Amino acid sequence: MKHSVLIFLMVLALALPARAQDAFTAGLTGLGTSFNQTAEAVDRLGASGDPRALPLLRALADGRLLRQADGALLIRDGAGAIDAMSGARAEAGGAEPVRLNNRVRVALRGALGRLQLLSPDQAERQAAAEAVFRSRSAENVPLLEAALARETVPAIRARMALALAASRLMASDAADKLLGVTALGATASPEARAVLLEFRSANPDIAPQIDEAVVAIDQRLALRRAAETLFQGLSLGSVLLLAALGLAVTFGVMGVINMAHGEFVMLGAYTTFVVQEALRDIPALQPWSLPLAVPAAFLITAACGAAMERGLIRHLYGRPLETLLMTFGVGMMIQQAVRLAFGAQNREIISPSWMQGTLMLPGDIAVTQNRLWILAFSLVVLALTVAAIRFTRFGLEMRAVTQKRAIAASMGIRTGRVDALTFAFGSGIAGIAGVALSQIDNVSPNLGTGYIIDSFLVVVFGGVGSLAGTLVGAFGLGIINKVLEPWAGAVLAKVFVLVAVMLFIQRKPRGLFAQKGRAAEA
Amino acid sequence: MSLAVSTPSSPTRLRLGLRAGLVIFVLLLGIMPLLNLLPVSHPLHVSDFLVSITGKWICYAILALSLDLAWGYAGILSLGHGAFFALGGYAMGMHLMRLIGPRGVYGHPVLPDFMVFLGYQELPWYWLGFDSFPFAMLMVLLVPGLLALVVGFLSFRSRITGVYLSILTQAMTFALMLAFFRNDMGLGGNNGFTDFKELLGFSLNTSGARAGLFYASLIALVLSFLICQRLTRSKYGRVLTAIRDAESRVRFLGYDTTSHKLFAFVLSAMLAGVAGALYVPQVGIINPGEFSPANSIEAVIWVAVGGRGTLVGAVLGAFTVNGLKTWLTSAAPDLWLFVLGGLFVAVTLFLPKGLIGLMKGRGR
Repeated sequence: MKHSVLIFLMVLALALPARAQDAFTAGLTGLGTSFNQTAEAVDRLGASGDPRALPLLRALADGRLLRQADGALLIRDGAGAIDAMSGARAEAGGAEPVRLNNRVRVALRGALGRLQLLSPDQAERQAAAEAVFRSRSAENVPLLEAALARETVPAIRARMALALAASRLMASDAADKLLGVTALGATASPEARAVLLEFRSANPDIAPQIDEAVVAIDQRLALRRAAETLFQGLSLGSVLLLAALGLAVTFGVMGVINMAHGEFVMLGAYTTFVVQEALRDIPALQPWSLPLAVPAAFLITAACGAAMERGLIRHLYGRPLETLLMTFGVGMMIQQAVRLAFGAQNREIISPSWMQGTLMLPGDIAVTQNRLWILAFSLVVLALTVAAIRFTRFGLEMRAVTQKRAIAASMGIRTGRVDALTFAFGSGIAGIAGVALSQIDNVSPNLGTGYIIDSFLVVVFGGVGSLAGTLVGAFGLGIINKVLEPWAGAVLAKVFVLVAVMLFIQRKPRGLFAQKGRAAEA
Repeated sequence: MSLAVSTPSSPTRLRLGLRAGLVIFVLLLGIMPLLNLLPVSHPLHVSDFLVSITGKWICYAILALSLDLAWGYAGILSLGHGAFFALGGYAMGMHLMRLIGPRGVYGHPVLPDFMVFLGYQELPWYWLGFDSFPFAMLMVLLVPGLLALVVGFLSFRSRITGVYLSILTQAMTFALMLAFFRNDMGLGGNNGFTDFKELLGFSLNTSGARAGLFYASLIALVLSFLICQRLTRSKYGRVLTAIRDAESRVRFLGYDTTSHKLFAFVLSAMLAGVAGALYVPQVGIINPGEFSPANSIEAVIWVAVGGRGTLVGAVLGAFTVNGLKTWLTSAAPDLWLFVLGGLFVAVTLFLPKGLIGLMKGRGR
């Protein structure tokens, strides 16, 4: 038993190269004699799929293929040459380069394309699939089928399938053509759509099927566009959510209007920069600079917030307009301090490798990784904020103080301390937002100014004092903005959203998720 | 919070002093362009720079007055008054652009340069009529007034007050800034309007025209002051102040607070528009940067520094803060924003009634 298996394997091992050699050797016949025979040989080699055919044909294309008087083929390799059959070094003396004409060149292009389809190199296969798709010839069908059967990389498979479908269109058989039309109609590719439309005029007999396929592609494309718009909207929403979340705590829960909120976001972004620079000399920690910047930014901005609350804002409780002006002044000073310390130009933040690149979701929906991370991050921060307010002792005291300060104080809660901590908490969230925004926005002293109005709109739109409102407000405004953008352009879309929110506030002055009962009138 | 309202029949010493100071101040301003005519070597000569910058400050003082009417008397803290100022400026700018006529770089008989550059074939409809000075002046009042009417009506009716209204007005000026930055607005986009040639037949580059604009601004300031004074001392003004201090109570007493506030807000926006219209020919340019929220909030600090709720305070604040700004931005440019930010903090924490409050405190 064992013997028979061994013998079988040995025979197999011997037979494989022998068979390949046969096809390859047979393919070589006539190469370098007449142009017609050379072209035929090139065709045969292209069809053989033999790995040795590729370097040989390349050499032929580059004029490096030599033919000796006895018919042996050599490939010039720098100064010397190697035998095309055995791969052994050989003397190139007396050998003539194999000449090309246009017919050979055409054959070469096709053969190279086919061989590259089977190449071990991914990029080469990808390029070959592209080339075959463009050339569109019925002859490529069997080869593409073979290549498709072997291919494992999904992106290349998709290109090959597209090329196969497009090649089928060129078949003489009507059934084959229909097969191609159906296959193209099953994609969501604008290229397939263009191929079908081009093909339609030449084939009026199957026009209805083609139209059907085009409609199917259009539907899928529209769906994909909608999905991409949705993602962009969610992405913008996550940015708004991050920027507004801190404000939802300081303004929504405490009722303190902090115009320096944007500057806290900016401070968070600069903390990211400082952490990145500090870890520059420690290669082991470098990939972790972004995760490390999150707690650092939280602590720094929270400290700034606590200092601001205790030092300044505390004296202005009950005077919201004065608080607004005072915090605006503080924001101005923070901005100028950062400008003097770091310069007015943008600072570069290096994205970690796991945040770079684009992810393809099913249906060819392109999603940038960093946006996806920020989306996830914003939801995590929201969940943590909700948890801190709902389930911790600090959250309980915070709610008690905002609901009825006097009673909370008489219950032994140190209201002053809770005020400071709440403000620090909200400011800290702003700092965390800054870390995330440093990935997609320019880190400059003006970073925060762009977010402050949007953040307020989100909080007011969602409903002051409601984190759920902030969530819905942020994503709602983000999606509306991105849906409007293709029609109105980026700037006008923003203007529309601003106007829409202004009008919305007219109808529902307390926002989407209005607080009801006594708290609403406080 | 409430400011003591003394009746005009029994002016205090401070009031008399302020009034005298104000008259002297206006007279001093009035002779500035005349002193500018003296030879440079003369000790009383006033430089061109000082005259032109004082002309700007006078416009700022009108803006401060208008903001004080809304904030100091009606309790409407508008963070978007710069938008009314800029709209007035744009209305004037459109008139000035039409007056350039064929003297533009492209020499088109009707279209301003930027329109030729952007490939316009004819004037957009909203430019029609701006070649006429009375029409342009009407628009200087109407455009800001109408915007204030719409925004104010919608907000006051829904009882949006306090910081909500402030943020809303800030969003308004921000949205306008974004809109005016677009080239398709047909209002000069990024670059706005500049290279003005003449106004009412006078070439803008002459010292005579500068003096004329200076006096026009000064007269507008005095008139605005008198209008505001008349208004705030009237029964209407008393009601307005009462609304500022306790809106619900006034409403329950049977007053229509919405229309009271609306009148003050619209009048205030029109005054701001006039200020902008006088400002533009003096500085020779108007662009969307004027809509920037920072400009509006800077105007708020003028009023706060001078003393809101007093008309003299608003004028005083505009001159003081802008004087400080001009001096500091050349002497220590890095320091200016710290000082401005510090002013916000110091005034709100320590000087809620501004410089006037300081004087009052000393006068007693």
